[in-house]
Amino acid sequence: MSHSDQMLPHGRILRYEFHERLTHWIAAGSYIYLMLTGLAFYSPWCFWIAAMLGGGQVSRMLHPWAGLIFTGAILKMFSMWSAQMRPTDADKAWWDSIGHYIRNEDDQMPAAGRYNAGQKLLFWGFIICGVLLLLSGAILWFPEYVPWNLRFLRYLAVLIHPSAALLTIGLFLIHIYMSVFAERGAFGSIIRGDVSMAFAKRYHPAWYEEITGQPAAPKK
Amino acid sequence: MSQATLRVQKMSGHAGTVPGDDAQREFTVCKLIDTTTCIGCKACEVACMEWNDLPFGETVFDNTYQTMPETRWNYWNLILFNEHEKEDGSLMWLMRKNQCMHCAEPGCLAACPADGAIVQYTNGIVDFQQANCIGCGYCITGCPFDIPKMNPKTNRVFKCTLCADRVSEGLEPACIKSCPTGCLHFGSKEDMKDLAEKRAKQLRDDFNFPQAGVYDPAGVGGTGVVYVLHDATKPELYGGLPSNPSIPWSVRLWKGPLKWLGNVAMVGGLVGLFVHYLRFGPKSREDEDLHPGGESS
Repeated sequence: MSHSDQMLPHGRILRYEFHERLTHWIAAGSYIYLMLTGLAFYSPWCFWIAAMLGGGQVSRMLHPWAGLIFTGAILKMFSMWSAQMRPTDADKAWWDSIGHYIRNEDDQMPAAGRYNAGQKLLFWGFIICGVLLLLSGAILWFPEYVPWNLRFLRYLAVLIHPSAALLTIGLFLIHIYMSVFAERGAFGSIIRGDVSMAFAKRYHPAWYEEITGQPAAPKK
Repeated sequence: MSQATLRVQKMSGHAGTVPGDDAQREFTVCKLIDTTTCIGCKACEVACMEWNDLPFGETVFDNTYQTMPETRWNYWNLILFNEHEKEDGSLMWLMRKNQCMHCAEPGCLAACPADGAIVQYTNGIVDFQQANCIGCGYCITGCPFDIPKMNPKTNRVFKCTLCADRVSEGLEPACIKSCPTGCLHFGSKEDMKDLAEKRAKQLRDDFNFPQAGVYDPAGVGGTGVVYVLHDATKPELYGGLPSNPSIPWSVRLWKGPLKWLGNVAMVGGLVGLFVHYLRFGPKSREDEDLHPGGESS
């Protein structure tokens, strides 16, 4: 099945539709604010970030609301992408070849679809951590209303919230590195929506074949 | 208030050294509450509200002496009443003046992320600086005594200051001054412990309270408020006074190992990614962008 509607002039392929790009940047903007203010609350050595962003009180006040915006974006992502993010047998082969991927030997990698196994890990990592952050964050938003005999909820929340946040920071760092520095063209695709034929062939051969109906470049 | 007598030795959410750390101080201050001579008159409650100029709030009348179930952001000092039934079936009033315990190792201060929002002076008083408070409520989670309370309007947390302003001027806290039975005492920790032990011995030897003892829990490094109890083996009877309070395990884990693990992981991750770029570079190069179908951005 080819998708000629995703073929654009000048040899470009549409990778992210407008609503996908918009959702991504709502999530990205709210996440970066959450990460910066969260780091300020996380360590005294980062508390200056809160001062830069309007002060500790303002950061504390807006952080939960930004969390709700992020939750909304994550939910939208879940509805848009969860079907495409389902793990496949090819993903297992991809992880077995992760050494090639790290050494930039992409021609040795099993053919990835629209999302490779690493991107799926990023997606599910953010979904799961997002749920944990939402639940623990709701408790931390209103700790004074948690009754004394349910205080274990607060004790769990202060552990789960930073733990899940640290996991997302790990995913976030790799995501930025891959999309901005490692794969030239990825950053442009989430802004303008399209990628080159070469990009699709190189990084998502199975997806390329699906879209164009033509075989990706022969592998050696 | 006088800065000369109130140097800060511990400070919440603070990077670097604390100004008053290691400063000389002859003694830490301490409040002694002898629950065996408390008559539940609530003069201390009134004196606290008066001196600290706290706005009035509605009380709850439930046909007991208990005017409200717990302290509030604007009610820092509350006597907790328990009509206790002894083993022989007779009744006995257990009355405990509840307020901040001024722990030597305060859980509120350990949990607080805001720079200088919670301080401990060199005289041992733990004080909230509402100007620096960000209203996160972590102190509520850190406290093993359920003392810090949020003002819902200003989102700042309040509690007993041990009348730090009075103490800094050489006065005793307002509650001490108001007590008609002399069940409240104020002085150095050493003197108050001495007095408390003497009173407990008297209760054991002369008043048929063989379990009488002093409450100064070691789990929080000792407290700046010590109690004499008729039965020191059952502090829970006195309005839920915890028998072995400590900073919650999750707060210690979160502020200790987890923080270090996270710091190492974040810095290590950044360094690792940078080194990866130096070693392997990008997956595609700029000159490839010029080929047909190459990415042009």
